[in-house]
Amino acid sequence: MGTFHSDKGELHGITVVVETTGKRVYVGRCDEETGAGIVLLDVDYHDDGADGKSTSDYLRFAARYGIYKKHDRVALPRAEIRKVTPLGKLSAR
Amino acid sequence: MPYDPELVAPMRREMVDMGAKELTSAKAVEDFFKTKKGTALLFVNSVCGCAAGSARPGLRLALSGDSKPDRIATVFAGQDTDAVALARAQFKQFPPSSPSAVLFKDGEPVFFLPRHMIEGRDAPSVAFELVSAFDEFCAKK
Repeated sequence: MGTFHSDKGELHGITVVVETTGKRVYVGRCDEETGAGIVLLDVDYHDDGADGKSTSDYLRFAARYGIYKKHDRVALPRAEIRKVTPLGKLSAR
Repeated sequence: MPYDPELVAPMRREMVDMGAKELTSAKAVEDFFKTKKGTALLFVNSVCGCAAGSARPGLRLALSGDSKPDRIATVFAGQDTDAVALARAQFKQFPPSSPSAVLFKDGEPVFFLPRHMIEGRDAPSVAFELVSAFDEFCAKK
């Protein structure tokens, strides 16, 4: 089933993993993706190594169970984004 | 702020029509979880068109199979706040997610289908995930 807001990009409403050019990875529901960047809702993030957990460990848990949100909304500029992947695709691996 | 009750009424009805008991109060949730024996599925309903639109039909499809939970109940996220909070306390090892489905066996959560595993999938794909869990945990031996 499609989304109610097709003007917000094909990832609108989908929970995505945003890998940044730094050591931080974000997971949140994509509200809008444009050339300028991406806006996420209900967002958690992890810095590689924080709390003794690698990014892989963090994403393994997120892919299986989801995330505990830290922020209602995060806007990331395109220049900081390395890769955007639906979290569900990681779950399927 | 909750959605207009008229808007969510068809989504509630869809669940009741497939045999789910609607839990709209904390008391109703408490009563539902008093019974531990056997299997029970709790579906966290949602207005989200991106995921709930395939989650409900997927569940209906899954329930048409041979293996199914002994009891099915539903709470509505963003609507029945107290009921949802108490229901989530029964599976607090999983992050809050709606729509989502949790399968309990003898009172313990044994399977969790969170929203991100529903998004972007069609009803048969969602049903496949649920049927796999039903076959594993609900099949009568």
